[in-house]
Amino acid sequence: MVVSRARQSYDGVVLAVPVTVPYQRYSIETAHWWMGKALRALAEGAGISHRDFDGFSVASFTMGPDAAIALTQHFGLSPRWLDHLPMGGAAGIASIRRAARAVQAGDADIVACVAADTNQVDTFRKTLANFSRFAQDASYPYGAGGPNASFALIARHYMDRYGATREDFGKLCVAQRDNALKNLDALMKKPLTLEQYMSARPIAEPFHLFDCVMPCAGAEAFLVMREETAVSLGLPFVRLLSAIERHNAFAEDPVQVRGGWVVDCDELYGMAGSAPDDMDFVQTYDDYAVISMMQFEDLGFCAKGEGPDFVRQHTFTIDGSFPHNTSGGQLSVGQAGAAGGHLGITEAMRQLLGTAQGRQVGDAKLGLVSGFGMINYDRGLASAAAILARA
Amino acid sequence: MTEPFLKPKRKNPLARTTQPLLPPQARSRKAHGLTLAAATGRFMLQCCGECGRYTYPAREACPNCLSSDLPFREAPTGGLLLSETRIEVTSDPYFREHMPWRTGLVQLDCGPIAVVHLHGDCGGLGSRLKLSLQLDRAGQAVFFAKPVSETPHMEDDPQWCEMTADPKHRRVLITDGRSPLALPLAQALGKAGAAKIFVGVTDRWKPFDQQASLEAIEGVEFLDLDLTSERSVQELSMDIGAKVEILINTADHVRPAHLFDVGAANIAREAMDHTVMGLMRLAQAFGPVMRSRGADGAAGAVAWVNVLSVHGLSNAPQSGVHSAAHAACLSLSQWLRTELRPGGIRVINAFAGPLDTEWFQTVPPPKVVPRALADAVLDGLKCGLEDIYVGDVAKDIEARLFDNPKAVEREAGQ
Repeated sequence: MVVSRARQSYDGVVLAVPVTVPYQRYSIETAHWWMGKALRALAEGAGISHRDFDGFSVASFTMGPDAAIALTQHFGLSPRWLDHLPMGGAAGIASIRRAARAVQAGDADIVACVAADTNQVDTFRKTLANFSRFAQDASYPYGAGGPNASFALIARHYMDRYGATREDFGKLCVAQRDNALKNLDALMKKPLTLEQYMSARPIAEPFHLFDCVMPCAGAEAFLVMREETAVSLGLPFVRLLSAIERHNAFAEDPVQVRGGWVVDCDELYGMAGSAPDDMDFVQTYDDYAVISMMQFEDLGFCAKGEGPDFVRQHTFTIDGSFPHNTSGGQLSVGQAGAAGGHLGITEAMRQLLGTAQGRQVGDAKLGLVSGFGMINYDRGLASAAAILARA
Repeated sequence: MTEPFLKPKRKNPLARTTQPLLPPQARSRKAHGLTLAAATGRFMLQCCGECGRYTYPAREACPNCLSSDLPFREAPTGGLLLSETRIEVTSDPYFREHMPWRTGLVQLDCGPIAVVHLHGDCGGLGSRLKLSLQLDRAGQAVFFAKPVSETPHMEDDPQWCEMTADPKHRRVLITDGRSPLALPLAQALGKAGAAKIFVGVTDRWKPFDQQASLEAIEGVEFLDLDLTSERSVQELSMDIGAKVEILINTADHVRPAHLFDVGAANIAREAMDHTVMGLMRLAQAFGPVMRSRGADGAAGAVAWVNVLSVHGLSNAPQSGVHSAAHAACLSLSQWLRTELRPGGIRVINAFAGPLDTEWFQTVPPPKVVPRALADAVLDGLKCGLEDIYVGDVAKDIEARLFDNPKAVEREAGQ
């Protein structure tokens, strides 16, 4: 058994310039177009040329046949540090972790972390049909329900085991829609009631329409740098206090009831010198409300199995007792492919920078963001989380 | 509770015929270990040769010990239902036409977790299930879970019907009424609820043994069919081609000849004309129309059965010409299988040892009784098999070929 050494802190690592390229339900453009928009917004936001980004980290499902290296030529970048993170909803936090170490070590000064996906008319079906070898061999041929069907199996089991109800899931969805109405970039513009949620058409039992995210095109991006760099550029920034990731945890669980957060949760709070109660808001990865509920448990806000009760005890709106997915989350903003895992990061940055406008959480100093991704076969494999702080 | 599959109403002749679609076909090469098992009705998963653990989905290395020694081995067929869903919305065109579709998450008794197609009568979470590997309409292997004990009309479950080729309410063509197989096949098909049994007969003015018994079966209709005549085959297809949902090719031509006999090539040519070329003429005439009717209602075109000699897989010198002809038939059948796949039509090869009939009079037992072969074909249709080995000789050769094909060749004729 190898003894792990204590992790070095992220002292001096900051995030700046949160960018959201407003989503579209369908786009005739490619992922590259969306990346270009994001890179330009990053450069304009930082007041420098995109050629000054000496680190580039990208996440996308639809950039094929290109790899990250091809994108450097496409966008006229000449980075000395390059990364591609095909980890779906965990890619955002994973990109922070890698970029943080690069800027700490001096391998790069400014890393542009970009996630972008297009959604052309048949993109979603093609992504599902070619998602992974295990999915092709062992899940897609079974009704081709995609993630809805796979997570329905996880949700059904969770409900059965821990007593969660559709109303519990609905409460989270309705609260997020409420938050989304304050976000001009959210694709969902109409209010949602619990009655509407309950009576929506079924998609894959127990999921009905409003349990499912809407695939769309869009991009999210931010810069990772050292504090001194941000100061010299005159950029407002947020601090990275801690970050964890874990993949394929608890492979022996017959059905997924927890993610890898459980393994590293103590370290997450330990590195940040904080506790769950200290968080002013939480941005979970909400591909489905049941997964948010799992994150409340696995990130220490309540014990395993108490997720449903926790949901019943709180309100999750911006002004509520537990501000959660304050942008409206993927459920109401839309899921722009791999950018879905970055949505919570840019939103957390805005909350901590005090630029969240009509959806600002009062006096937000500390926030938690989590990521989750890649239902390779029967469960999501990647989990990640980070704690960010107001500077 | 499964709704019984009642006789479908007559099709509106003005209605458009639904075009066949297939479920997702992409598979890794390793996953075809399951296809091999499903084709013959076996239940096999990868089992590590070093640590003994079963694994699924198909892998290149054992996740427990990283051994690459992962052969497919027989596994127990039981499992426990952990979760289930009913899919109402899909982006896949094939499944879209079959919504809603039930799937489940099953803990197999041998360990791994499998996503499965779920029979409508399967009980709730925590119930025990019986698993099988089936070939879906794309010919790819999938897990199918049924309740452990029989339920009423279980075979009529719409999802199960996509995995099988049940003759119920379907019209069947038996290509050679003079074959000793024709009578037991027609009897079994009648019992299985076939709507119509067309029986092709050459030179109908010439009487044959089983004629009266065949005629007595409800639904049987004799038709002129000479497989050695392209015109005869084409004419029959024009007549009934769009009414055949299952075609069973029983054509055979057994004439002994030694390789060195003067005139052996003529005997071989004649055998080939009846069997290989006969199959080719049938394929040309009936293949396209059957392929186009693969989704023509609940009792649309579904299967093509070739009855072949197991010696087509490895030559038996005592019936060398017959072996060679059937080897060619097998090759043609594989081609036909590929061509019919877009229609979702299942091509089944039933391999038999020598039949207990006059043309195999000099061959020592064990021999296959025609009824046993007919029953095996019916079973293959109902279970959705692709390769059927009938009788002790065929099963022996199958097992030995799997083990060492060279040994089969060297020991032939001894």
